Amino acid sequence: MTPSAFTVPGLLPAAAEIFLLGMACVVLLVDIWLPDRYRRLTCQIAQASLAGALILVLATFPDARATTFAGTFVADPMAAVLKTFLLLVSGFGFFYARVHLEPRGLMRGEYFVLGLFAVLGMMVLVSAGNFLTLYLGLELLSLSLYAMVALDRDSKPGCEAAMKYFVLGALASGMLLYGISMIYGSTGSLDLATVGASISATGDMRLTLVLGLVFVVVGVAFKLGAVPFHMWVPDVYEGAPTPVTLFIATAPKIAAFGMLMRALVDGLGGLAADWSQMLVVLAVLSMAAGNVIAIAQTNIKRMLAYSAIAHVGFVFVGMAPGTPDGYAASMFYVLTYVLMALGGFAMVIWLGRAGHEADLLDDFRGLNDRNPWFAFMMLILMLSMAGVPPFVGFWAKWSVLREAVDAGMIWLAVAAVLFSVVGLFYYLRVVRLMYFESPRDAAPVTAFADMKVVVSVNALAILALGVYPGTLLDLCEAVIGA
Amino acid sequence: MTGLPLLSLLVWTPIVGGLWVLFAGVGRGPSTVRAVALVVSLATFVLSIFLWAGFDAGTHEMQFVERAVWISAFDIHYHLGVDGISLPLVLLTTLMTVLVVLAGWVVIEYRPAHYMAAFLIQEGLMVGAFSALDSILFYVFWEALLIPMFLIIGIWGGPRRIYATVKFFLYTFLGSVLMLVALLYLYSEADSFAILDLHHVPLGFTAQVLVFIAFLAAFAVKVPMWPVHTWLPDAHVEAPTGGSVILAAIMLKLGGYGFVRLSMPIAPDASAELAMFMIALSLVAIVYVGFVALAQPDMKKLIAYSSISHMGFVTLGFFIAFSLMEAGDATSAALGVEGALVQMISHGFISGALFLCVGVMYDRLHSRMIGDYGGVAHPMPIFATFMMLFSLANSGLPGTSGFVGEFMVILASFKAGAWIAVLAATTLVLGAAYTLWMYKRVVYGPVASDGVAALSDIGRREFVILGVLAVMVLAFGLWPAPLLEVMEPSVEHLLEHLARSKL
Repeated sequence: MTPSAFTVPGLLPAAAEIFLLGMACVVLLVDIWLPDRYRRLTCQIAQASLAGALILVLATFPDARATTFAGTFVADPMAAVLKTFLLLVSGFGFFYARVHLEPRGLMRGEYFVLGLFAVLGMMVLVSAGNFLTLYLGLELLSLSLYAMVALDRDSKPGCEAAMKYFVLGALASGMLLYGISMIYGSTGSLDLATVGASISATGDMRLTLVLGLVFVVVGVAFKLGAVPFHMWVPDVYEGAPTPVTLFIATAPKIAAFGMLMRALVDGLGGLAADWSQMLVVLAVLSMAAGNVIAIAQTNIKRMLAYSAIAHVGFVFVGMAPGTPDGYAASMFYVLTYVLMALGGFAMVIWLGRAGHEADLLDDFRGLNDRNPWFAFMMLILMLSMAGVPPFVGFWAKWSVLREAVDAGMIWLAVAAVLFSVVGLFYYLRVVRLMYFESPRDAAPVTAFADMKVVVSVNALAILALGVYPGTLLDLCEAVIGA
Repeated sequence: MTGLPLLSLLVWTPIVGGLWVLFAGVGRGPSTVRAVALVVSLATFVLSIFLWAGFDAGTHEMQFVERAVWISAFDIHYHLGVDGISLPLVLLTTLMTVLVVLAGWVVIEYRPAHYMAAFLIQEGLMVGAFSALDSILFYVFWEALLIPMFLIIGIWGGPRRIYATVKFFLYTFLGSVLMLVALLYLYSEADSFAILDLHHVPLGFTAQVLVFIAFLAAFAVKVPMWPVHTWLPDAHVEAPTGGSVILAAIMLKLGGYGFVRLSMPIAPDASAELAMFMIALSLVAIVYVGFVALAQPDMKKLIAYSSISHMGFVTLGFFIAFSLMEAGDATSAALGVEGALVQMISHGFISGALFLCVGVMYDRLHSRMIGDYGGVAHPMPIFATFMMLFSLANSGLPGTSGFVGEFMVILASFKAGAWIAVLAATTLVLGAAYTLWMYKRVVYGPVASDGVAALSDIGRREFVILGVLAVMVLAFGLWPAPLLEVMEPSVEHLLEHLARSKL
């Protein structure tokens, strides 16, 4: 092989990632030299970087699947849409983070630098064309998140959560790698497309392959926080500073969906009959445990953690039939759920004050008397999460249920709706506390104008999407089919 | 037919008006809010009169149909239309909302803007549920209208309001999610969500039974049928007067409407097979719950149980039709179904009126217990007269609307089996017993306390509300023909459809 055989890979499909990597380094350097009073600039540059990456993603929006870096990096419409939402959600997340960190003296550059690296990891993850890229993206994401959880280094619960997250996360990564190695052993390739093509040809290696699949599913289930791999979720959600919880609860869910699609559909689509059963078990367990345990929570961050577990169950319900329409339904579910989780944690951030974190359900008592507008926004968020029409959460549940019923999994759909009734109970409790109880501290809670606008846009988007979900649904179906 | 999208206007006028009241009305003082709410509800009522005037009673076809693609990815349409079954219910909704707005006029002091907004939005959603011809659109309206009622009971209700409203929401939600799965299943069979298409989808017997049971879970809770009625007394007792009126007069009718619009036409063979079971449940509601009503010390609870008992007639009338059709007696079957529909409308007026009467007394004495009253006729003679009319109507006195529906259903059930009719007719005794006994204890006798002696008779506003309802009760009691004429073609068409087996 002559040296001239080396060709520079096409960089354009990965333009946004490359830009973001550069900007993350810039933010890191700028932050070092910045005096404390200009700290807000770090946040602004980080948000500008996200905006720039977003523009690049949209400018290079692919019409069809394209690969670069010898097939390890895939740019397809699905990845582009997931990245668009990742960047948007992270941009909102950074805004909420500033609102929280500034008054608490935690406004350090680390949050934004780590956040940018995490976003980069997620973008690589959803564009993975190779098990190695997948792992690389996942680790970049996870390592950034471990550090972010311990952002407030004086907080004991924070450090404990970070430790727990790290140990369990490392275990899951190990499982994933182990599974990948088995898949490599039986197919002789790490390239997702090659693995997908060779599955049908591996008659006698099938057992190894399925065993590998089990470990991959475990790894993905851990990252999504599905029962029984959910142990880290409540502790991390509760222990981490709220803006970090908000970040972990939103964008990584989109990335994890991308990972699910890449590993299970692109790579192991030939084993759909096998993983479908595993996902059904995970789905039922997650919906059951998530919804039932959430009832017992008094801390709203913990409650939302269990609610997240239950929602992951619903995502799996859409994946279980193994059809493109089902994937599109799950994608719609993830995107809309992330919007709701974003709003939910934003409310927790808004209600908190330096020295008093509003992370107990009791803090929402009588909110309607203290600030009717925000109470109404929270009402929308909670009822949407519960899946009551006319909010978008209903359509999300509806679309995954439709796919399950279409595939003949009627009992799964019945189980899902019954658990959603259980779920309704604790979402209604928040509404009940806000509207039907009188506040302990009747002082009105105010909000800065920017906070009010952002939260309102967030919550009203849920209402608007609920009245007209068609466009986003069409988009999901179009990019999954592409 | 006019070019205006009348049904859309009927759905959206109150919702938009309600949203305006909710957001713009808060800062404007209660008098503006009340005036706007009244104007909006009156405008909606006038629109519904146009709907009635333009309605062609000679056909069973859906009228004022509007159809547009809503969510193309899911094949869901914004599809509205009314026939002879839904039109009276739409009119009932718009009329009762006007009265409820009036009833809450000065009584509601805590957040009047939110109160009015909740009722207006709810009105739009209820009209939407009655006129939706796409099953998913129906489901969206059906579920969405739980939210305003949840808030109405929870915010303006009585001492145990939180328990009652959470129970109400969870109970009805549990029932309806199963309906959702059934609708999704039907789509996979019919490839359409249009309710009229679903009527014609061929289904095997087992599938029909399962679909019927899923629908039953939703509608039986809403009607409510014994034994899933327990949310209703709690919700009624704790709800503010307006909430009780809307619950009893309209929300319960949604359950009955669901049976005729969805359950029976989609699963006719299963309905016929399970008709005896449904008749048995209805009779239990009529007889057993009638006895339960007799024992209530709380007026609102008594009327709530009386509602369950009267709604038993509705389900009895619907399902008696199947055994009559089996015997080849289509005329009596039509009599039963029409009787049930008349009973729905009539019960809307009567139960609404009785709850308003209790509200009138509660506003003055802040008690609903029968034991706290006595001799109300002395300080409040005009009120006592009104209440007597409604009490008699509730016990089914000929000449009032309460008589018409019950009599038609009893007549039909005689054809189906004498013992059914005998059991059903006990309501005439029981209904008279619990209603008139309550009336006697509250209104007659010596004045019970100084509080009662100091009661002031109803004012002009209350007179108008009760007067309108009194006129309605008497009008439909003496001359139910207009109502029956509107229903007849639709009911006949329904029965023709039910007579054809899908197997």
